Amino acid sequence: MDFGFTDDQREIQRTARDLLSERATPARVREHAEARTVDETLWRELSGLGWPGIAISEQHGGQGLGQIELSILCEELGRSLAPVPFLPSAMAAAVIEQAGSAEQCERWLPGLASGETIGALGAAVDGVAELVIGGADAQVLVLVEDDGTGQVLGADEAEVSPLAAIDPTRSAARVSAADGAGEPLGDVCAGLGRALVSVSSELVGVCDRALAMTVDYVKERHQFGVPVGAYQAVSHRCAQMLLDTEKARSTAAFAAWTADADPERLAEAAAMAKASASDAGREVTASAIQAHGGIGFTWEADVHWLYKRAQLDAALLGGAKRHRAQLAAILADRLGASAAA
Amino acid sequence: MDLTFSEQETAFRDELREWLSANKPGPAPTSEGEDGQYAWRREWQRKLYDAGWAAPAWPTEYGGRGASLTESAIYFEELGRARVPMAANVLGLLLGGPTLMVWGSDEQKERYLSPILSGEEIWCQGFSEPDAGSDLASLKTKAVKDGDEWVVTGQKVWTSGAQYSKWCMLVARSDSGIAKHKGLTYFLMDMEQPTVQVRPLRQITGEAEFNELFIEEARIPDANVVGGVGNGWKVALTTLMNERAGLGFALQIRLRQLLDDVIAIAAERGLLEDPLYADAIAELHVRCESIRLLAWKGLTDVERYGQPGPEGSLVKWLWSDTNQRLTQLAVDIVGPDALTVGESWSYELLRARGNTIEGGTTEVLKNIIAERVLGLPRLKVAA
Repeated sequence: MDFGFTDDQREIQRTARDLLSERATPARVREHAEARTVDETLWRELSGLGWPGIAISEQHGGQGLGQIELSILCEELGRSLAPVPFLPSAMAAAVIEQAGSAEQCERWLPGLASGETIGALGAAVDGVAELVIGGADAQVLVLVEDDGTGQVLGADEAEVSPLAAIDPTRSAARVSAADGAGEPLGDVCAGLGRALVSVSSELVGVCDRALAMTVDYVKERHQFGVPVGAYQAVSHRCAQMLLDTEKARSTAAFAAWTADADPERLAEAAAMAKASASDAGREVTASAIQAHGGIGFTWEADVHWLYKRAQLDAALLGGAKRHRAQLAAILADRLGASAAA
Repeated sequence: MDLTFSEQETAFRDELREWLSANKPGPAPTSEGEDGQYAWRREWQRKLYDAGWAAPAWPTEYGGRGASLTESAIYFEELGRARVPMAANVLGLLLGGPTLMVWGSDEQKERYLSPILSGEEIWCQGFSEPDAGSDLASLKTKAVKDGDEWVVTGQKVWTSGAQYSKWCMLVARSDSGIAKHKGLTYFLMDMEQPTVQVRPLRQITGEAEFNELFIEEARIPDANVVGGVGNGWKVALTTLMNERAGLGFALQIRLRQLLDDVIAIAAERGLLEDPLYADAIAELHVRCESIRLLAWKGLTDVERYGQPGPEGSLVKWLWSDTNQRLTQLAVDIVGPDALTVGESWSYELLRARGNTIEGGTTEVLKNIIAERVLGLPRLKVAA
């Protein structure tokens, strides 16, 4: 048993962190957030490095690595809040690759792998997804329904109405597919499981950054003649932020591992990861604002971008309560099955 | 990342599981009170010892199996899964023995290790005092040198198994003239002397799992100093580190079993379909899995990097908080039985209150995390 990364995985993590700390600086993120634009230069650079295709099979133009490697990138991109459509595109690709026909894979995956095509994934009810992250930039849209069915459609086949979501580092849109517009996909559960892991990993990165910023701040900020981080009311809040983050990290890592090594447990592991990460994302980034005091409530302090990203990610593909309901159903089924056996 | 077990680890688990299923002790005696319970646990240790399963983590030269950390964790998981009692001399096996292996002289290892393993001599732990709980290093029990002996006077508290013990791991102040951590010495005190009085400490569950020790000029030969005079704090830390490492796995499995029991009762009563209960149960399931994953991660970190990190505090915190939430939810699911004296759920409810206090209060754990993991400054308290 080994929870550590392989040397190659560590290298991916280090390279990603170094690159993003140079390219996706807080000033750069702010610039794009305020203009609500994608950082096209960065997206081209990441595409050139093969990031969008990291987990897409080589047959379809990707690097053929696993969910663990994809999750490493998601976490680093979450940490930096890079204004690029990486997560929505990777989530759409995962569902197409797992649930698409050979023709559908052939049609969409090479473009998604090279970064030339942008994808987005939305949870829909009867073909209407109210909030699709990255939806306004996407050329290919994947809509999944509660019953495990799904469809893939080109942006020109759907009605896409851009929305101004509170997180301006990525676009958002309401997407609806007219009857008979798209093509049906097979069972989307496995792809959806992977998408849930990816968003959970991004949330872990968001939490980690929020905690790091908070720890730095409360060491520096003095009141009553001492750093505020010396007060237990503050330091214990920081400890709670770490606990929430590590709880989310452990379940996300487990889910990423099951995606490739033990896919039968992916549904359960992905629901645990998303429940844990959604709660952690909201709590940790809210705590970050609180621990920053008045400064934390200003537009000027960058901590609010993390809170906003966490809110969008937490709601994406269902929040914590929905995934706990899913887990309870899995537990009940398991009990029923063992009683019947 | 690879969350599977090696062939050797799987073989270890299979062998133990097979042995346990063939040698499980009968149900706990219900009539003879605590002494009867203890005799039952002593008998169980003897059985483990005879089969070479009393302390697999001990090196083979001391009668163990030289099990790896992973195998040792598997050992506690399997004992938990089989729902067998704790071996009578659990403190000797998990704390005393390993501490002696690090700090003891050859003579001490020769003299003490074997009876710990067999359960012939039971050990207890004399660390906490009425005025020295979280601030352990402020302890006041005094040891004064008298020829080749030490004369010890003071009071200890939370000493489990003291009434059955032959030896006490005692930390006392051997030099009151120097800084508080430096004046401490670690002794092995013979409990069988009239100058050591044991009084049971009744806890909120009504039973007396722990005791108070009243020590009035007890005698300890100089040969029973462990790790050198004035080195007691370091030796005590070795004992405390072992306390957190070993028990964690047994507790984690115990929590899982309680949760499985709650889930089964909830299902029986149709409460798994009730969204409020379903939400609470699923959250406990996530926490339980998270504790398991974090415990394994901590252990594999030790295997990779050598030292257990202060991150272990996170697991203890999460476990204790989760056990309290779980037993509280059980009251809602089980109903009046869980509030009735003598029922297992009422016992679990009350016992769980101790979880966030024993082995490091949650408040102290948060301080450790803030200072040692996050690097936050410590507030200077005016003396």
